[in-house]
Amino acid sequence: MTKISLSRRRFMIGGTLGAAAAALAGYEALKQDDGTTVLRSAEQLTMRTQRLLQGRGALAREFSESDISPSFRVNGSTMPESDEYAALLDGKFADWRLKIDGLVSQPREFSLADLKALPARTQITRHDCVEGWSAIGRWTGVPLGSLLRSVGLKPAARFAVFHCADELEKTLDGSGRYYESIDLIDAFHPQTILAYAMNGKDLAVGHGAPLRLRVERQLGYKQAKYLMRIEIIDSFSGLWGGNGGYWEDRGYEWYAGI
Amino acid sequence: MSDETIRHTGDRPAGTILIRRHSVVTRVTHWLNVLCLAILLLSGLQIFNAHPELYWGQYGADGDPAVLTIGSADGKDGPRGFVRAAGIEIPTTGFLGVSTFEGEPTARAFPAWLTIPSYQDLATGRRWHFFFAWFFVINGAVYLGFGILSGHFRRDLAPGRGQLSASCLWHEIVTHARLRFPHGEEARHYNVLQKLTYLVVIAGLLPMMVLTGLTMSPGIDAAVPALVDLFGGRQSARTVHFITASLLVTFVLVHVAMVVLSGAANNMRSMITGRYAIRESGPKA
Repeated sequence: MTKISLSRRRFMIGGTLGAAAAALAGYEALKQDDGTTVLRSAEQLTMRTQRLLQGRGALAREFSESDISPSFRVNGSTMPESDEYAALLDGKFADWRLKIDGLVSQPREFSLADLKALPARTQITRHDCVEGWSAIGRWTGVPLGSLLRSVGLKPAARFAVFHCADELEKTLDGSGRYYESIDLIDAFHPQTILAYAMNGKDLAVGHGAPLRLRVERQLGYKQAKYLMRIEIIDSFSGLWGGNGGYWEDRGYEWYAGI
Repeated sequence: MSDETIRHTGDRPAGTILIRRHSVVTRVTHWLNVLCLAILLLSGLQIFNAHPELYWGQYGADGDPAVLTIGSADGKDGPRGFVRAAGIEIPTTGFLGVSTFEGEPTARAFPAWLTIPSYQDLATGRRWHFFFAWFFVINGAVYLGFGILSGHFRRDLAPGRGQLSASCLWHEIVTHARLRFPHGEEARHYNVLQKLTYLVVIAGLLPMMVLTGLTMSPGIDAAVPALVDLFGGRQSARTVHFITASLLVTFVLVHVAMVVLSGAANNMRSMITGRYAIRESGPKA
């Protein structure tokens, strides 16, 4: 009995020392890069688990007319400040063009009229801000997948990057420009649309006129407003902070499904 | 809590024996749980600070009716903090709504000394929260698997025959209220109030935290739409998450008070080494 409890004691001491050493090693790793490496490991686990549970096609909940929230909060930019955007707005976006380029077979530009002439999808969905609030709205737009099929993707294509007209932080180098990225699984998801209408009207400036992204299985910061260009790339390491988006460069997760 | 007697001790009063109370799995998962829940709570308060209002139903943002608001407003002598719930507003300046951060009165729901990280940083708060949420779920799965397979739940936590009768429950409540804790043979097993409380926490509150947390995830809502219906909406789930966390904090406060009142050293030893001292009663003593 004594022998057993001694070996147990030894086991406990050894275990405690081992755990302490692991904790110290973890702490050292934390100190070296602000803790991001260890803490960020959870993001991959979350993304893989959610993708396993969702599959490619699982749809976000769609609501009925009566569920639409009375006010839809405007967040982030409320009005891009560039002269270019001001001119486009003055012309009611007649001169606005959405560029699709990068790893595509046929780079193209679409006018708002071109997009509105294409088969559309309307969906009433819930927008969840990373801060915690939610709002429900009805969105109408072109499925991104159909546009990508029309321009043809090259085999190396992996991500769609959305370049926007707004700048959240005024910076000289342009790193304060809003941009976002999603992978091709989300890009070809049936509810991923480029919306030009909200609640039955043309998109208001506060909500991203003339065109914004809706990726319904992810948080609000993925729903890029004021779209100007979609670039298809194989890696976002060369883009600004290298993390795939404006908020991602400021510490937020690239996978925004939670 | 196997009550196998380990050995008589020479250096204790006559009749004191050590029993093996907690298995190594129970002890390790218990302390990992302490770590996880502490970090989850403090990083959760950081996340809450990003939008310190709670709503009921499918949606809720500024301007929608809130069931709870922790806010700040301009007062005569600078900013004042308040908590508003069910139409009642109470001043909480200095703690909730407005607190001192780096020497300045600052508008923030929970004060810097209660949040991870201390400064306002939602991105980092979320990193801590989700990392330890995984840790907590894996630790919980180990504990649940062990509890079922080893018979720990059936043997130690399931209330015994007759323990659930009104008279027995009333007797336990009265004894607890008088802070009379079981001695001798009775102390070998959990009493019925302990059993019920631990079962409510293990099978109720902790799974509720996980489920309401998952319901706030748009990705999980697409994968398991039934979750949104279960809680009547994403914003209801967020509110239930907050209420359940408050109940867990209440449980921890009572739990720690009971640990201290019923013998801090003995209880701590049993949760660290597994051994718990009891005084034998009856003819053997």
